[in-house]
Amino acid sequence: MFIINCPYCGEREQSEFKAGGEAHIVRPKQPTELSDDQWAEYLFMRKNIKGIQFERWVHTHGCRKWFNVVRDTSNDVIEAVYKMGEKPPTK
Amino acid sequence: MTKNLRVKTTKLIDETYKISFKFNGTTYYGYKGDTLASALLANDIHLVGRSFKYHRPRGIMTAGSEEPNAIVQLHNNTSLTEPNVRATEIEIYEGLEASSQNCWPSVNFDIGGINNFLSPVLPAGFYYKTFMWPASFWEKYEYFIRKSAGLGKSPTKPDPDIYEHRYIHCDVLVVGAGISGIMAAKTAAKNGFKTLLVDEKSYLGGSTIYQNSENFKINNQTSNSWLEKEINEIKKFENLEIKIRTSVAAFHGYNFLLARENLTDHLPVEQRKNKTRHRLLKIRAKKVIMATGSLERPLIFDNNDRPGILLSSAIEKYANLFGVMCGEKNVLFTNNDSAYETAISLFKKGINIEAIIDNREEIDSKLIQETEKNNIKIYKGYTVVNTAGYKRINKISIMQLSKDGQKVLGSKISISCDCLGISGGWTPAVHLFTQSGGKLKFRDEDQVFIPDKYPSDQISIGSCNGDFTLNEILSNVPNSLRKFLNIKKTDYENLEVHSSFNKSKRNIWLLPSDKVIGKTKPFVDYQNDATAKDIKLALREGFRSIEHVKRYTTTGMGTDQGKLGNMHALGIISETAGSKMGELGTTTFRPPYTPLTFGTIVGRNVGEYFDIFRKTPMHDWHVQNKAEFENVGQWKRAWYYPQNGESMHDAVQRESKAARDSAGILDASTLGKIDIQGTDASEFLNRVYTNAWSKLSIGKCRYGLMLNEDGMVYDDGVTTRLGENHYIMTTTTGGAATVLGKLEDYLQTEWPELDVYLTSVTDHYATVSVCGPNSKKIVSQVIPDLDFSDENFPHMSFKNAKIGKIKCRVMRISFTGEHSYEINVQANYGKSVWEKCMEAGKEFNITPYGTETMHLLRAEKGFIIVGQDTDATMTPIDLQMDWIVSKKKYDFIGKRSLYRSDTIREDRKQLVGLLTENPDDVLEEGAQIVGDMNKSPVEMLGHVTSSYYSPNLRKSIALGVVKGGKNMMGQKLIIPMESKQINVTVADPVFLDKENKRLNA
Repeated sequence: MFIINCPYCGEREQSEFKAGGEAHIVRPKQPTELSDDQWAEYLFMRKNIKGIQFERWVHTHGCRKWFNVVRDTSNDVIEAVYKMGEKPPTK
Repeated sequence: MTKNLRVKTTKLIDETYKISFKFNGTTYYGYKGDTLASALLANDIHLVGRSFKYHRPRGIMTAGSEEPNAIVQLHNNTSLTEPNVRATEIEIYEGLEASSQNCWPSVNFDIGGINNFLSPVLPAGFYYKTFMWPASFWEKYEYFIRKSAGLGKSPTKPDPDIYEHRYIHCDVLVVGAGISGIMAAKTAAKNGFKTLLVDEKSYLGGSTIYQNSENFKINNQTSNSWLEKEINEIKKFENLEIKIRTSVAAFHGYNFLLARENLTDHLPVEQRKNKTRHRLLKIRAKKVIMATGSLERPLIFDNNDRPGILLSSAIEKYANLFGVMCGEKNVLFTNNDSAYETAISLFKKGINIEAIIDNREEIDSKLIQETEKNNIKIYKGYTVVNTAGYKRINKISIMQLSKDGQKVLGSKISISCDCLGISGGWTPAVHLFTQSGGKLKFRDEDQVFIPDKYPSDQISIGSCNGDFTLNEILSNVPNSLRKFLNIKKTDYENLEVHSSFNKSKRNIWLLPSDKVIGKTKPFVDYQNDATAKDIKLALREGFRSIEHVKRYTTTGMGTDQGKLGNMHALGIISETAGSKMGELGTTTFRPPYTPLTFGTIVGRNVGEYFDIFRKTPMHDWHVQNKAEFENVGQWKRAWYYPQNGESMHDAVQRESKAARDSAGILDASTLGKIDIQGTDASEFLNRVYTNAWSKLSIGKCRYGLMLNEDGMVYDDGVTTRLGENHYIMTTTTGGAATVLGKLEDYLQTEWPELDVYLTSVTDHYATVSVCGPNSKKIVSQVIPDLDFSDENFPHMSFKNAKIGKIKCRVMRISFTGEHSYEINVQANYGKSVWEKCMEAGKEFNITPYGTETMHLLRAEKGFIIVGQDTDATMTPIDLQMDWIVSKKKYDFIGKRSLYRSDTIREDRKQLVGLLTENPDDVLEEGAQIVGDMNKSPVEMLGHVTSSYYSPNLRKSIALGVVKGGKNMMGQKLIIPMESKQINVTVADPVFLDKENKRLNA
């Protein structure tokens, strides 16, 4: 079980959070103008990386805020957390 | 008469405290401190069980948690019974009853033993290969395989014991209280760390504590008396918690460990009453020190599994700790110096040693010299090639080893014995370390895997780190601790250590025999009866990956998880396949390290504490009025109210009829309620619902359907506009939390620019729903100040009102198709408003109805229930609810998905009504729907989602999903049931009052 450093509350047990999949997938502003393929790309395609992955988490049993986590999926080490809307850390 | 094989015991055994116990029905005696294994050995009992596949007689092999053979059933046929308990771990108590497993009719005469003689036809993968054909016979095979397989018997009665969970947060966790662990715990505690020390055994000090030998000295004291003083000192620290009989089961990431603390298994049964049996410790440690020690390896030779063959270290432990001699004619067989420690210990206690077989030819060490001085015969450069004795070893044959260790030479020498100790060197117990994600490296010089890369703030010290000798431990452990704990010094600098142990070892994974491999039975995994031959066969048949060989041969898959033999399996694979041990890797070590009871895992979450349940404010009224309840999400909802012993069917028919004929009342408090405020609230609803919301005027209600981004129906409910920027949304009972979560997600991540605030108010309001042609008369009595005329208060509108001083929100909305009102009040007034409605409704025979009637009534109207008539593959179009999908709105969640190539298919499953040919046939929900029974294979067109007998229509009605159902109106379909076929006609899903006249009745 991870310990996640919520950017609003601090370090908490993983059981207080929920994972929300890959981060930085922006909902298209004009979905109706997309082709089936383009929409499918948004809807279904996820990278599922082994290694450093940017993902969304929400502090469900806490502040209920969504934020981003940089996690190495090969060993679950969390490299960084940052708020929604913030740029992902480089390196 | 059994013999007494007890010699001088230690402090850990209380000879004044005699304990009687039963094994296979016979009463025996032992002392307090004995394990079942030591007490049995003291009574000269080696034969404890039968092996899994060949039913070979098996005895006690070890003295610890790695035991593969001596596993027993405790208290058979009682609620206390427990299978697969290791006799080497269970401490005896007055009244203990243990019996052998996997044998019938008895351990001494076991019919399954015939498998031993059939073994040439029972190779690895035998079951996979044999019971395949013909496939139709599988059911017959399975019966016999299941009957002859398995170890102990599962309990059939409820578990009477109490279990609990506890969280522990500490600075330093030390796992293992051997010499290294004691040093670590003391050092951590002395430096102010909040420390927890756990050990699976009932005593502290590991194997050093009973090693009373002049050959191992620290500061001129024997190592055990030195350690005893250390143990006395650590007991004084207030910041050090010590837990014995506590076995770490799992080591997860972020230094999260699970351990089982065994609190009562060693007590007489009557003393366990009302006490917690096991406690699952959930430990979060800032730093973890693994001092888990090492396990002695067996040696792999023909018939190395007979009762009377033990690990050499186990013989030493039984002699030194328990004062028990495992045999009167002992022989030791070794490839390293450890067996000589055993020999010297036995000799000192006056226990006879016939000979030592050492596979090393040129050896010399202080231990060997001392052994020779005592006139113990040592065969150097020899190996055991076979053993004899069915239920107890009585003879071994030895031959000389060739220089390369691949062959045997010369002639056989027979040595008679009743006990054989084997020592193949030591394997670091790295199980927990690798569970945590640690990476191992292979040390060629002594052929061991040791920790290499640590994934978290942890270290391994002592013999689990490959430091096997006293010298290594006392010089390396203090260094490691200084660095790891970031401290200047420990109490263990510059100790004077004297250790006679020589590290030389001649590692031969599979010892050669004078017979060919096919003719021998060198067991690698004792519990699962996997031999070296099986492993070689797997390789011949093309298996290469260690994980595949493991599964094919079942090596390492028993309850002991192959703690003894896995290394040998790896060794034999690498030798046979010509690959390097280090490159081969190991199989994955998985939790738990030792088995856990189910009770430990679930703790207190049993019975009524299994899950949280939520009650509405009117719950007590429902209970008093004999409601039956159903679980909806976490809620207990009134299901139906049987009167005078009514069946569920009769109650539901009565309730349904009353609701349409006069008046019904429903507790709708469980529906999810979300308060939505903000200047962009209307825009937000436009985006999350499929229909349009901007033009909904204040005081009006509207039904809305919510989709996932993939276009599938996700939730539904009525939302009311309370003010310009204020709405109250209702969701399904089960969907409340996820809907709120989803809305928050979109607000925070996709549309943070919207000015919208969401608050869950589900628990804040109680909702009383009154429906039926007399509902207006009833609620207008309850709320006399409100104008209930259709002009002032039409369907789908809302009014603020007061019942006395209590504020309430009244919505005229309907899920039944009847004229209907929902009164929402602050939750704590819910019951009194409900009772007021009941009182006012008396003259109209107001009838409380539960969820079952609610479902029936809405089905008559063809209203869907999300999650019953939908299953995350249904779009609004599939549900024939096109009317609720706005064509004008530019976007809403899921809109784009409604015209993907897949969602516009005409032959998608679509919701339709189903009417049975015989109006009394009620379909089964979930039943398959078929068009043509003669087509092969029969094509499943869909299934029934809702089905009831309607008392108002006097016929059976059903909803179902059918491929292309929309265009099948009037067509005949078939529901094949076990006993008959039911013919149905596809119909409009709205069965009653299509014109909605009743809403204004």
